[in-house]
Amino acid sequence: MTKTSPATSSISSGEANFSNSYLVTRELSLSYGDRLAFEDVNFEVDRGEIVALIGPSGCGKTSFLSCLNRLTDLFPNCRVSGRIQIGSLDIMNPKIDSIALRRQVGMIFQKPNPFPFSIWKNIAFPLKEHGIKNRDCLDEIIERVLRDVGLWDEVKDRLKSSALGLSGGQQQRLCIARSLALEPEVLLMDEPCSALDPISSGIVEDLIASLRRKYTILIVTHNLAQAKRIADSAALFWVQNGSGRLIESGPVEQIFNAPKHSITAAYASGMRG
Amino acid sequence: MNNLESRSRKTIACKDGALAVLVWGTAIAITGIFLWIAIDVTWHGIGQVSWEFLTTEPRNSGRDGGISSILISTGLILAVCLGTAVPLALGTAILLAEFTATHNRFGQWVRRSLDMLAGVPSIVFGLFGNAFFSITLGLGFSILSGGLTLACTILPILIRTIEVGLRSVPDDYRLGAASLGVSRTSTLIHVLLPSAIPSLIAGLILGMGRAIAEAAALIFTSGYVDRTPTSLLDSGRSLSIHIYDLSMNVPGGDNNAYASVLVLLVLLLFINSTATGLSKLWMHRSI
Repeated sequence: MTKTSPATSSISSGEANFSNSYLVTRELSLSYGDRLAFEDVNFEVDRGEIVALIGPSGCGKTSFLSCLNRLTDLFPNCRVSGRIQIGSLDIMNPKIDSIALRRQVGMIFQKPNPFPFSIWKNIAFPLKEHGIKNRDCLDEIIERVLRDVGLWDEVKDRLKSSALGLSGGQQQRLCIARSLALEPEVLLMDEPCSALDPISSGIVEDLIASLRRKYTILIVTHNLAQAKRIADSAALFWVQNGSGRLIESGPVEQIFNAPKHSITAAYASGMRG
Repeated sequence: MNNLESRSRKTIACKDGALAVLVWGTAIAITGIFLWIAIDVTWHGIGQVSWEFLTTEPRNSGRDGGISSILISTGLILAVCLGTAVPLALGTAILLAEFTATHNRFGQWVRRSLDMLAGVPSIVFGLFGNAFFSITLGLGFSILSGGLTLACTILPILIRTIEVGLRSVPDDYRLGAASLGVSRTSTLIHVLLPSAIPSLIAGLILGMGRAIAEAAALIFTSGYVDRTPTSLLDSGRSLSIHIYDLSMNVPGGDNNAYASVLVLLVLLLFINSTATGLSKLWMHRSI
């Protein structure tokens, strides 16, 4: 279950575990130069949940996701403050091994972004980077993850042809397979269906739903119906006073049927946003 | 109303027609000039070019004999030039494109200097090469001096094309690789550089074209001597200098000058098509 927790003063800085939840953020803020993208986000997610992040464009949902795997390190002029804990890992610790972290916390982007390699090499390349070089082992993992995303029967005869020749939906499933191959615990998905046609979108959505309980999934979506269908809980971001804020989070039933906040009620019913 | 519509339609058709004539005219004029030169050179030169012409040393100041020693010198100068320029250009381009932000002051200064250097006449590079490589470093008139000077002249264009190529690789690849826990170095080697290969080849073709056609920078650095060089510290005459010398300084050298130009043109075409072929092969293999 997800809840917005007030920042408690009992959190001492040396403590690694400051909550029983699996993924926790405390007073998390992010700014690009002088512009504050979002601030003071306190958020908790339990292991194995699918959480939908909803809200209008520009309210910091994507930036929030990028903090969780430290992809923000790559953004120029980006400054993050606050605390993030995933499992027993303190993500904001500057000494954390970002390569190992990103293996544990996978990310799927809005636009499918397979490398300009073959289908096989798209999955094998990151695996090799993480030390798995045995050919049989690679073949086995690749077949397993391609079956997991329902792509195996479609591509098994052309594993050596370019991934760029796949359709948008197939490319996105390949990208998910590529992430799954690294056996992550968390998957961050940034509008994974928004660049796809309705049929591909449906296939990818079913795939995400099938990953429930195996992975902890945070998915940004503008499709409220989709959020209702696949998520266990939801979190609404909104721009207030020029920066993004987490307005309300909780079980999907609460957000869509019995919201506590007036903005949530207006957004979830389609009156605003 | 109808009248107005048909008139505006006529104006548009007129403008379209004028643009088509302009575009085609320009293209035909440019191709025509090149073809004219190529046909003229082939017409006058084809009679002289033979296996013997390519494999014998020039005699009688180049009026007789062939261009074997010239070809060897040209090859060596080009090898020194590319051997020095390509690694330097690659390193600088990677630094500029991947490790400095667009608005970084250091990067901006390097870029501005390179753009200015790219516009410096080659004779200036020749004088610099003579002062620095030949005299200060004591390399004298040698293939080494010439090659290094040529490397300086083609560096700006090489660096800038490779940098643009690297920058044009979509950020999706960088973010995708980073989110999979792939290190920056591996991303560069396995994803970014292969994606930038076509522009790298384009830079190489431009650079090689400029290098092989260069005469002014070499007169002061690699010298004039037309015998076969025995080491990189020997003076050697490049093909373009040979052509310049035969046509300007040697009465009766016109025939061999034409033949040498023909060889130079064929060489350029060969380099061009090989490089393009290689880049296609690479793209295919990287899959």
